[in-house]
Amino acid sequence: MSDYTFFPAWREQSLGRRVFLRVSAASAASVALIAAGCSDSTPEPVTSDPNLLTLPSGDSGLLYYAYLLSLAQTTLYQKAVDVPPSDFTATDRSVFADLRDHAIVHRELFRYFIDPAGTAVLFPTDFVFNLTSFTLTSRAGVLAAAQQIADLAAAAFPVLLTLFTASGTSQRLMMLKAGSVVSRQAAAIRDLLTPGSFASSNVVDSTGLLITKTPMEVNTALAPYFAPYVISVANLAVPV
Amino acid sequence: MNLFNIIEHLAEVDSDVLGRFDSRRAVFNSLGSVAKRAALATSPLFLGALFQKAYAGTTSTPIDVLNYALTLELLEADFYRQFIAARQIPSGADDTAIRLIKSHEDAHVTALTAAIRALSGTPVAGTATTGIRFNASLLPASYADQLKLAQLLEDTGVRAYKGRAAELLGAPNDLLTVALQIHSVEARHAAHIRSMRNQLPWPNAADDVATDTTYTGGVPNTSTTSTVVTLGGTTYGIPAYERTKPSMAESNINQGAIGTKAALPITTAFGDTPPKYSADDAAAAFDEALQPAEVLDASRAGRLLA
Repeated sequence: MSDYTFFPAWREQSLGRRVFLRVSAASAASVALIAAGCSDSTPEPVTSDPNLLTLPSGDSGLLYYAYLLSLAQTTLYQKAVDVPPSDFTATDRSVFADLRDHAIVHRELFRYFIDPAGTAVLFPTDFVFNLTSFTLTSRAGVLAAAQQIADLAAAAFPVLLTLFTASGTSQRLMMLKAGSVVSRQAAAIRDLLTPGSFASSNVVDSTGLLITKTPMEVNTALAPYFAPYVISVANLAVPV
Repeated sequence: MNLFNIIEHLAEVDSDVLGRFDSRRAVFNSLGSVAKRAALATSPLFLGALFQKAYAGTTSTPIDVLNYALTLELLEADFYRQFIAARQIPSGADDTAIRLIKSHEDAHVTALTAAIRALSGTPVAGTATTGIRFNASLLPASYADQLKLAQLLEDTGVRAYKGRAAELLGAPNDLLTVALQIHSVEARHAAHIRSMRNQLPWPNAADDVATDTTYTGGVPNTSTTSTVVTLGGTTYGIPAYERTKPSMAESNINQGAIGTKAALPITTAFGDTPPKYSADDAAAAFDEALQPAEVLDASRAGRLLA
């Protein structure tokens, strides 16, 4: 299995990018990049990891990244709706139903941007956001998990939005419209867990700015939940 | 490791990465900071992409966009000053939350003022008695109505930043990220104030103020709009109002326009028959933008300025 089997968008990259990357696996591509920096010597061969899922470069890769973030949110919110902890209040249930609906709408719209025809298989069938490490049997546990994931998504958007290169504004504007709703969700979840914590100093810094995370940082935070699969964001644009 | 070797490889295949320059004024600032970061300017392709974009002609400079944002932050900051001074806020959680929000608005004023000065621009300004400030005669008497106005201001702020973020693409000093960080914080404020009012954290059809102009699009036909704003001791430009393309109302359910393909109704877009999502779910999943002329119109935030 080659590691990009599931990424049709990858294969649609222009010849220029493919020549640049030279090899199919991103891990090998990064080795080639490092090698280019070191000398003209031939890079060591790299064994391809069958569980490595390499996000494509360009705007498509950013959409995949946003898709993964909303996949994490939808999986968690859906679980809370399907199997709510016994101490979940009526308000909690109602809010989580909304969170779930909004996040699924986001996820499906990101998917539509990746693959307008809706026919491609984006990920292996057994690829999931794994919830087993969360404690979802108590209200506090569900809210803590939700806060962690929602804050992560909210922190990702201000960086993600700057990385789109498409000349049209449609993708960027769509992300912008979804991004502020994700911020609202994060604030709402924080207020449910700890009233008044909607913009605490661990999410908003002393200059009134949201504390952000790069794709690399977000990917590292999500990595344990995607195991055994390993997501590589090495091809994504890097914040300047 | 030879950095230039890498950069040349990159520049050969992807000049997009380098084409981040939208305003002539921004060019030289950006060139400075980017060059310092990576010495990318050694690539002729880089310079080509830079100047091609830079001289294509733009409507607003980053200073214009920042002054517009600063106008709204000054309005919000002064509103919260008067809100607190009116002494209607219950002590405890409510008081703590409003003071935290005010501290953020004050910080945004400081950050945007500094950012404009860093670009050698003249920031708009306001005090309790001069320049850009909240019209004291419009402060409601009751706490409930004051809090309602806070919600309208915060939700307007979220829409306003969205309307102009694209104009900061390629602006120097990472200003786009800063604007998006502020945008995100405004959304958190809005969510909390809505919760304080027993409203859902996101605009929705069941809102008690759902019909307020904060959540509609466009301006009344009788409104005259301008591309020049003179406020708070300086003058800045805003894009001409697109009267034939007013911003969507928050109740909009169509999203995802790609190129010439029209936006899809989210309720049915993903093949769910019958629709899985109500129109309200579809609309609430997205916050809509507002054009600056719509925000500054007398039907919205414009009327609140002293």
